[in-house]
Amino acid sequence: MAQAIFRIWRGDSGGGEFRDYATEVTSGMVVLDVVRQIQAEQAHDLALRWNCKAGKCGSCSAEVNGMPKLMCMSRTSDLPLEKPVTVQPMKAFPLIKDLVTDVSWNYRVKKKIKPFRPRKPDEKDGTWRMAQSDVDRSMEFRKCIECFLCQDVCHVLREHRLLDEFIGPRFLVHIAALEMHPLDTENRLEDLRKEHGIGYCNITKCCTKVCPEDITITDNAIIPLKERVVDVSYDPIRRFLARYRRKASAVGLAS
Amino acid sequence: MAVHETREHDVLIIGSGGAGLRAATSASAAGVSVGLVTKCLLGKAHTVMAEGGIAAALGNVDERDGWKTHFADTMRGGQYLNNWRMAELHAKEAPDRVRELEAWGALFDRTKDGRILQRNFGGHAYPRLAHVGDRTGLEMLRALQDSGVHLGVDIYMEYTVIELLKDGDRVIGALSYDREKGAFTVFHAKAVIIATGGIGKLYKITSNSWDCTGDGPSLAYHAGAELIDMEFVQFHPTGMVWPPSVRGLLVTEGVRGEGGILRNKDGHRFMFDDIPPLYTDQTADSEEEGWRYTQGDKEARRPPELLTRDHVARCIVREIKEGRGSPHGGVFLDISWIKEKLSDAEQHIKRKLPAMYHQFKRLADIDITKEPMEVGPTTHYAMGGVRVDADTQMSVVPGLFAAGECAAGLHGANRLGGNSLSDLLVFGKRAGEFAAQFARDNQAGQVNHDHVEEAVRRTLEPFDDVDEAGGEGPYQIQEDLQAMMQDLVGIVREEEEMERALVGLERLRGRARRVVVSGNRAYNPGWHAAVDLGHLLTIGEAITRAALERRESRGAHSRSDHPDKDPAAASVNIVIKKGFDGTMETRRETIPAMPAELQAIVEEMK
Repeated sequence: MAQAIFRIWRGDSGGGEFRDYATEVTSGMVVLDVVRQIQAEQAHDLALRWNCKAGKCGSCSAEVNGMPKLMCMSRTSDLPLEKPVTVQPMKAFPLIKDLVTDVSWNYRVKKKIKPFRPRKPDEKDGTWRMAQSDVDRSMEFRKCIECFLCQDVCHVLREHRLLDEFIGPRFLVHIAALEMHPLDTENRLEDLRKEHGIGYCNITKCCTKVCPEDITITDNAIIPLKERVVDVSYDPIRRFLARYRRKASAVGLAS
Repeated sequence: MAVHETREHDVLIIGSGGAGLRAATSASAAGVSVGLVTKCLLGKAHTVMAEGGIAAALGNVDERDGWKTHFADTMRGGQYLNNWRMAELHAKEAPDRVRELEAWGALFDRTKDGRILQRNFGGHAYPRLAHVGDRTGLEMLRALQDSGVHLGVDIYMEYTVIELLKDGDRVIGALSYDREKGAFTVFHAKAVIIATGGIGKLYKITSNSWDCTGDGPSLAYHAGAELIDMEFVQFHPTGMVWPPSVRGLLVTEGVRGEGGILRNKDGHRFMFDDIPPLYTDQTADSEEEGWRYTQGDKEARRPPELLTRDHVARCIVREIKEGRGSPHGGVFLDISWIKEKLSDAEQHIKRKLPAMYHQFKRLADIDITKEPMEVGPTTHYAMGGVRVDADTQMSVVPGLFAAGECAAGLHGANRLGGNSLSDLLVFGKRAGEFAAQFARDNQAGQVNHDHVEEAVRRTLEPFDDVDEAGGEGPYQIQEDLQAMMQDLVGIVREEEEMERALVGLERLRGRARRVVVSGNRAYNPGWHAAVDLGHLLTIGEAITRAALERRESRGAHSRSDHPDKDPAAASVNIVIKKGFDGTMETRRETIPAMPAELQAIVEEMK
């Protein structure tokens, strides 16, 4: 048992401040437990979201000591409790109140993505046949719990605020899941390049680091999509010629 | 006077879990305007927690399976208190409901010939559960969500429904507020579907999400609907008890299946102490024989840890009540002991139980390959809920439908694993279709604005002047309610304790009436908790009254003062309804006899 200070952001879109709450932290508690304890004992109207408290719904996303995390999966024993623990809302989204942000943008983005379009059923009874190995390819992406921590940490959204031009890692993972679905016949590559702004991602892998489901977002989802976009968007012969010309002129300059 | 907005829909759905989304899909396919309100964000509903699978007699793994076997299994599991027509429809329609999920993008694990793979589960005669690893609920919910957002359904996220609105006998909408601003909205609808899920948050220890506060059955009850089977609450025997953050989180039955044993604080393996006579022949005589069973020896009989869930839960409770529990109020579940038997025990455990290994390592600092886990029963599922017509899912109140966990009938006295996800699909679809039909056949009703203003005023009462009321915040009241229900109307019940619970509920209701919340209406969880309290108290009373009325032990309902089955109660439902004077009324109702062809199936499969 230890006394700890939790420095929690209190405020709304009009402004706010960090407020310190002294509270008892007992063994085994996660940050969500502490925040709820503060809510029950000291700040009844402290706004936060949570549902399952088991790392499966992705509701309790926040920034704990500056790191985007699920509060329910952040153990207090992993934090230096001798210093105040800061808990603040995700920065990439507009604040509603305290730890609750307006994540509705994500739902609007998803709606813009072309939905699943299966091929015709393989059998007369309307069913399909798929090999487990084909199913497995999109499984990693389907683990996503939509906590939006990857969106929060993505600098294109967080710092550059390009929310109208870039859909963010979550939805690139979503498209990867659709594109690698064994039955899907839709083509989203043109959208990826133009409307979804895949080119904005410059592979800093911050999203991969914060994913609570350990999805290898950048390497397994985004890079293969980028490769597919490049494959269809650029004529390989012209690209080869362009590279040849560049090389030739470089040689020319050197000589 | 509080101003409120009005939204018009043909069909209003309350709840965004599997049943709500499936209902939205079929209602919108029927061409009516659909609104869906949810307390949470879309995609966060408790359905995402479901792991095992969706029970459907596809016959992909064992072709002997078919709807008749599924029907018979479901009825046997429910001790024949099920609504047999629902069990029939469920068994017949579940395969199509699973297959169409695939057309909407869900991906299941496959058989070698590329069909949907099915796994074994307790109470199912054949491998029947379509699944994807241990995250079937997430896959199902996401498929419904992602196809659903393109259907033109209006989704109102983070809206709480306070009350159903009526015009005469008929439900014609609902009053709600949005959590973000705390502003009131009247949803004016020709038909309303309740799909709000469970009631787990009525108990201190539960595997349920915060939002499982019994809103739906409570709203329906206050609107005149009947509730049945409320005494049947499923307690899963092994949930985590420590640390507090994960209390109630499920520990899979697979741990016991792999040889895990239950011990009390004295190290005694107590499950051998009490083996029900019906099971003596099927249960191991010695620890050695039990171990051989878990290692696949077909000659050996099962260890007592693998007796039925209700029995194991009761034995655990007995140990705890008699002072032989573990430090945090559970008992010990030990799989690490198998190192006495297996040289590579550590690797074996990690390979067979990866999720459990990580769950305990990550959340409890317990290495289950080296030390025992602390476990105790956890509130898991409500078999009871809104009484509905089997075919249409309409309650006794015209225009009011219910589907999923908040509806009752399919599961009787005990639900089989896997039957809940199929329940959501089969009856979500039916509710959506028939609500749409009802909406087409009926004109919109009249909203009684005086009634709305009165409900708004009552909902805002907790904000009134703190000093004169001398009230308290909602959190302590909710905690006290959960502790009381756990202690007095938990796994093993008796009359004297439940009578005390009724008195306690009245006292808690008094406290809830004086509840105060600080701050304003904008995203104020204190206020939300105060609103939830009313529903929890209603459901708590319904469970207690039904449990008092059933003076026997059957299925998930156990009475220490009536430990045996009462043949006279074998085909009786306990029905709960709000009386004219506002008090809760309980009555017994005999279940109609099964038609001969269904009876024949039951007899044949016995």
